[in-house]
This record gives sequence, C-alpha cells and structure tokens, in this order.
Amino acid sequence: MGVFEIRLPDVGEGVAEAELIEWHVKPGDVVREDDILAAVMTDKAAVEVPSSADGTVLELGGDIGAMIPVGGVLVRLEVEGAGNAAAPAPEAEAERAAETAPETQPETRPETGPEPAPEPAAKKPGRRMPPPEGAKPLAAPSVRARARAEGVNLRQVPGSGPAGRISHEDLDNWIASGGIKQGGVTRGRNTGVEEIRVVGMRRKIAEKMAQAKRQIPHITIVEEVEMGALEDLRAALNKKHEGSRPKLTLLPFLLRAIVEAVREQPGLNARFDDEDGVIHRHGGVHAGIATQTGQGLTVPVVHHAEAGSLWDNAAEIQRLAEAARDGSIKREELSGGTITITSLGPLGAIATTPIVNYPEVAIVGVNKMQIRPVWDGQQFRPRKMMNLSCSFDHRVVDGWDAAVFVQKLKSLLETPAMLFVEG
Amino acid sequence: MSDLKCKLLIIGAGPGGYVCAIRAGQLGIDTIVVDEGRAGGTCLNVGCIPSKALIHAAEEFHRIASAPQGPLGISCGAPAIDLAKTVAWKDGIVQRLNSGVTALMKKAGVRFVQGRARFLDGKTVSVNGNGDGQVIHAQHIVIASGSAPVELPDLPFGGPILSSTGAMELTQVPESLAVVGGGYIGLELGTAFAKLGAKVTVVEAEERILPLYDAELTRPVAARLEALGVAVKTGTLARSYENGRLQTSQGGVAAEKVLVTVGRRPRTAGIGIEELALTQDGPFVKTDSHCQSSMRGIYAIGDVTGEPMLAHRAMAQGEMVAEHIAGHAVQWDKRAIPAVCFTDPEVVACGALPGEVEGTAATLFPLQANGRALTAEREDGFLRVVWRQSDHAVMGLQAVGAGVPELSAAFALAIEMGACLEDIGATIHAHPTQSEALQEACLRALGQALHI
Repeated sequence: MGVFEIRLPDVGEGVAEAELIEWHVKPGDVVREDDILAAVMTDKAAVEVPSSADGTVLELGGDIGAMIPVGGVLVRLEVEGAGNAAAPAPEAEAERAAETAPETQPETRPETGPEPAPEPAAKKPGRRMPPPEGAKPLAAPSVRARARAEGVNLRQVPGSGPAGRISHEDLDNWIASGGIKQGGVTRGRNTGVEEIRVVGMRRKIAEKMAQAKRQIPHITIVEEVEMGALEDLRAALNKKHEGSRPKLTLLPFLLRAIVEAVREQPGLNARFDDEDGVIHRHGGVHAGIATQTGQGLTVPVVHHAEAGSLWDNAAEIQRLAEAARDGSIKREELSGGTITITSLGPLGAIATTPIVNYPEVAIVGVNKMQIRPVWDGQQFRPRKMMNLSCSFDHRVVDGWDAAVFVQKLKSLLETPAMLFVEG
Repeated sequence: MSDLKCKLLIIGAGPGGYVCAIRAGQLGIDTIVVDEGRAGGTCLNVGCIPSKALIHAAEEFHRIASAPQGPLGISCGAPAIDLAKTVAWKDGIVQRLNSGVTALMKKAGVRFVQGRARFLDGKTVSVNGNGDGQVIHAQHIVIASGSAPVELPDLPFGGPILSSTGAMELTQVPESLAVVGGGYIGLELGTAFAKLGAKVTVVEAEERILPLYDAELTRPVAARLEALGVAVKTGTLARSYENGRLQTSQGGVAAEKVLVTVGRRPRTAGIGIEELALTQDGPFVKTDSHCQSSMRGIYAIGDVTGEPMLAHRAMAQGEMVAEHIAGHAVQWDKRAIPAVCFTDPEVVACGALPGEVEGTAATLFPLQANGRALTAEREDGFLRVVWRQSDHAVMGLQAVGAGVPELSAAFALAIEMGACLEDIGATIHAHPTQSEALQEACLRALGQALHI
C-alpha cells in the first residue's frame, strides 16, 4: 500500500489557482482512474479534475470554496503498490496499531460478517470530443432509434465512448438529467432552510453585478417598436431557407441594427476604464449575448459582428449559446465585449432595467413581443409591438446620446430595409 | 368489378416492395401489392439471384477446365457444359424464391394483384386499363417500381443485342461477346462468359472499368480480366453493330452477341407519376428522410429514388416506410450501405472511399500477407480502412479479393455501430480467415500491425 497524491493540474493558460466548487468523492471512497474527483472554477469556466490512479480516498485537499494553487495537493489516495508520496512513518503506524489492538480483534467479530468489497462508483461520462463539424454523432442503431423515440437530439448528448460514441447509458443519463423532476404536491409547512454556498460561477456573477451597479450610475430608456415589417421579413427569410438554414431569430437583426446605430455613435460601442479614466472606443462591434446556462448567467461574445452577414451572426449566436450551455466555450469567447444584448424572449416582460456589463457602457434589453392596439389617427389597429429597455453608463453617456441611439434602433427595426441598404 | 380499398398500396413487388408489404402486414396494416410480373422484381427474377447462379456455374466450369494447369496436382479431362441445363437449374432457383416470397407475403396477410398499376390521382390507382380496370383506393401509396436497363439508340435490344436479362437466357455460350459498359453488371456477366469459353471484349467509355471506385480498388479486377483473356477497351464508345462486328470509336470488334450494360433508368414512365407532378431529382422521384415524396401520403423506395440502386437499400427503405406508416418513430439514418461487385476478384465497398471525407486517412492490408488467402490460391487483392484522424472513427471499409463479399457484414456493422480502429484492432478475429486482414488493417493504421 502506498500513498498517491493527486495535484491540481494546469487548468488553463495563465491560471495560477482555482477555487474548489464541488467534491465528487469523500474520504473512504474507492475511485478508479479517470473518475471525476472534483470541480474547480477558474476565472472563466468550471473544470472537472479526474483521478490519475485507482485507489481509496484518504484525504481531501480543502473545503468547498478554498483556493487551490496549480500543483497543490487536491486528493491523497491509498493505492496498491508504491505511491508517489512518502507513506506515514512506520513508527506512527505501529503506534496506532498498538493503540487500537485491544479494542479491535477482527478474527473474533462474528456479528459483522466479512465486509463486502467496496464497489467503485460508476464511471461518469467524460467530456465528449465533439465530432467534426457536420459529422453525424457516433452511436449504434439501437441507441439512435431510442433517442428518436424519446425525442432526444443525439448531437447534444455527450458520449463517453471512444471517439465520443454515445452508449445507451449516456442516453439514460441525458434523459435523467433533463427529465421532469419528481415531487408530489404537499401543503404542509416546510420549515427547512437550505444553505447554499455562493461559490464558483455564482460568486463570479455576484461580484460582477455588484461592481457594475456600484460603479455605474445607470440611466434606462424604454421605447416601443412596431415590429410588423421586420417580423414579415424574418418569416419570409425563414420560409425561403426552410430546411437548408437554421431559423433566424430576432437577435441577428437587432445585432445588425446596433452595428448601424453605433456607426453614428461610436461612443456607445466602448469600454470605460474608470481607473485610468480612459474610454476605449472600438471600431469592431463585439456584442455580448446574455445567455442562461445550467450554472447561471454568462455572456458569450459575437466578435466583429460588423463583419458578419445576417446568417453568419445568427449561426455564431447559436454556436456560442450551445457552447456556453455545454461548457465547451473558450475563455476568449467570453471576453472582449463592447456592448451587450439581453433578451428573455417570451419571458421578456413589458420593461426591464438591464445592468450594464461593466466595463462596457451600453446594454440593449429586449422585451416580449405582443399584439397591442395602436391608434393610427382614426381607429385602433392591432400591431406587433415590442419594447426595448436600454441602460447606459451615465458617467460617459449623456441622456441625449442615449435617446438618439434608442430612436435610431427603433427606426431601423421599424423600417428593416434600412438595415440592408447603404445610406 | 368493384373497387378495392386498403390502407397501403405498394406498386412493385421487388425487394423494396415485397419487404415493405411483409413488414406492413406484420404491423397489421391492410396492404395490397401490385406487380405486372412475378414477385421478387428485378433482383430475384433477372438480376442479383440469377446472375449469381450463372457466375457460380461459370466459376465451377472454369475451375475444372484450369485445374490441370494448376499447382495442386489435379488432372482431369476437358469439361463440357450444357448451358441450357444450367439455365434450367438457375430458373429452378428463381422459381423457388418466387414462391417463397409469395408465401411470405400471403403469410403476412398481404393481397397481391397482378397487373400494371397507373395513378388516377394521389389516392387512387387503376390496374390494367385507363379507368376501366381494377380500381384501388389507398390511404398511402408506395412507389417501388424499380428500374430497367438503359437502351442505346444505336444498339436497340433484340436479336444479338442483349440486355442483362437476355444474356442470362442464352442456352449456348457465344463464341465471342462484346460487353458495352464496364460497370459491375457488365463485368460480372462478361467474366462469367469468359470463364465459359467466350472471347469477351469490354468496351467502356470512361478511362477505367468500375468508374465509381478508385483505381487502387479496381486494379486487381483489371489484372484478373487480362489473365482470363478478356480484352478491355477503355475510353472507347460503341457505335453500331452489323455483320457480326461491333463498331467502336477505336475500330471494330468481332462479336457474335453484344451485351449492353450502360446503366439503369428509374421506371417512372407509364404509371402516371408525371401527372401527379411529384418533385423529381433528375430522373428520380425526390424523397425526404422518411422516403416521402412531395405529395402527402405517397412514398417512393428503391431504384426509383436514385443511387445506389441496390436491393438491400430498397429493402431497408421498404421496412422503414412500413413502420413509418404504422406510426413508429423511424427515419433514414443509415451511415453505410455496403455494395458488392461479384467480379473476379470480388469488390466490397462500404462507407467513405479514400479522400471522400476531409480529415481521413486510408490504410491498406494486402491479402498476400494473409495465410488463408495463400491456401486458397488467391492472394490478389487487399483490405482497406478509411479512418478519421481526429478520433480514429472508422468511416469506410473496402476490400478486393476472392471471397470478400462475406466481409461486407463486418464492414457495415463496424461503421453502423460507430467502431473506431481500436475496437476492431482489439477484437479477436478467427485464424486462418480473410477477416484477419480487417483486424490487421486497423492495427496497421494504429502503427501496430503484426503480420506485415
């Protein structure tokens, strides 16, 4: 028997330490090589750390929330054969044995039978190597048939097999994780209080929000936009390319409108370094898209939206959203934004007060679209209306500029042809 | 005659149609099949099955004839063949399978109506006659009308100009035979007649025989044709036939008979498909991933839907369509359709060919390094794996060699199950068999080949 120390591996370029956010094992657990031991959070993403040996967990390297330096001991395992760490001194071992000897006499313990060998925990599916773009996911015909019957898109299911092959077990896990949670209706008093440590991504979000709200005096403008023309155009484009291209949402159109609007007002497509007192106005539009993931809010960035076509941007928004949700998003795809869009779709309410994504200076909030009566001078007419709720950093954006920007967005969206013609 | 009604009407009782019918019957769908001929279609009556019978007979004859020159120490007299008896034997097999298919359909509760079907509208078909024949109303209609040999305007079928069907009815081995078209059908039958003693010339317009495959894969076939004394004229166009000579762009060829195998066209004419204005894909009926045509309730399967025109593809489509009509969640999601040429040596191809998919590499294992191939006197050929470099997934498998068609099961299974090189490399393959070459090719791709 030896002791094997598992150290925190290099979890990302330039990362010196990482926060422990989840333990997958506890002392006494039997683990196999490649089993996930813990999850740590770097400044951008959660990373799972697998075991590099078979053994029994002796000791954990810290509590949830602790910062572990790269190369620091994460877990100590007891392993067959020699370990990679100094074993406890033999005297100490003998001493301990002597102390415990009188009480424990394993040979004369008839009440407890032979202890069953501990079963190692089932292997968790590893991170899937995504198959090359456009390639079909690898799965046996029976797995494909069952996925179809369950309405599961296999492209989304992580495969644990070689080459990312998806097994029945992977499919089971996927369905179990996405299934409707069990739970009956009870009307009794519930006095339970659950304590949830704010760690990892949630702590990052909390810090970021507090900083933005503390530093930035917000001004929010809510304006209504008649969406009929744009919705007709969107429907026509989707119909034309039905089946051959992914469906266009509103977002790529809005992105286009922002690109046009900031051309006249470059001061809104900027980052404000308030420590040095410098505003960086960017030529390129790097639009953050607020995205809800299982871990919480994250903001992947469509870089150079000004250079992409409507379809390019639509595809990029979709790709980033999927990458953010499945955890494969890269650090550089989560940084460098110059303006942000936040949209809750049908949940978007009538008006919101978005928080500027510090150190940016403007955020465009999209509220829900609905048919409302609009007075045309003679009668009420049903119109597809949608509100935009935009917030600005009032330190560097005056109310006038903010209002001009919002009016520009409104006029572009109401006359969508203006989005696609010069002048 | 009163009109018939059913839930599912299938036009054509070939491999696609009859499998669709049997599966539909098993699923309790009230089904009628219409075909002007006997059950089994091209495949069973005038295609796969009879040609394989003829190829087998020719091979047996050739073995005996060439045994005294072989290294095995066998001596025997020169063999003779009564081709009329061979054809009768072949017809017997076809008949047995005919009645087998008919019985299977009957057992599944499928009604069979003999005659030529013609669409009256998207839900109605008349059999024999334009409106005055038997009218059948159906909720769903499956077009499984198959394909027919393409005729050359200057070489119309008849007399000495044969289609593949005609070639399999010959009761005497022709002295000389010109085969126009060096695809698999022409080469299979041409090789058989060469083995039976005919002087065979293959005329192919493209630069290579079997132009759908790569040169590496077809080279052993070309070499064997040469050894069998078959003349192959590539890059040559057939022009006309007169006085026992086929005129080509490269001179005349003496030919008692001319076999024209320049491809097959989908049978869409004469059954009213034009009037329905179904969306076409070239000459074929365009279908989606459920084999549905552009008109609701009308499906198409098999050769009318395009390449590859293979019986087993039609069968799989037929099965899927029956299940789709029964409301099952099915979809055409096959990763690979194996294709076999019963040339000499045979060729099997499944999945991607080298260079077809980006990011793949091809690795070859020669049968010269396979013990079983040596003991069968056939060391020509090889096995080849096409694999994805990023994750070692097997994307394609091909083989050329005597007896390789049976490997098609392993090939298709590997690709359909999503195997990677390591899976096949770590699977024990029986010794001594040709299949060891499959394992070795995968090991070789991993840099771990043992026997080369």
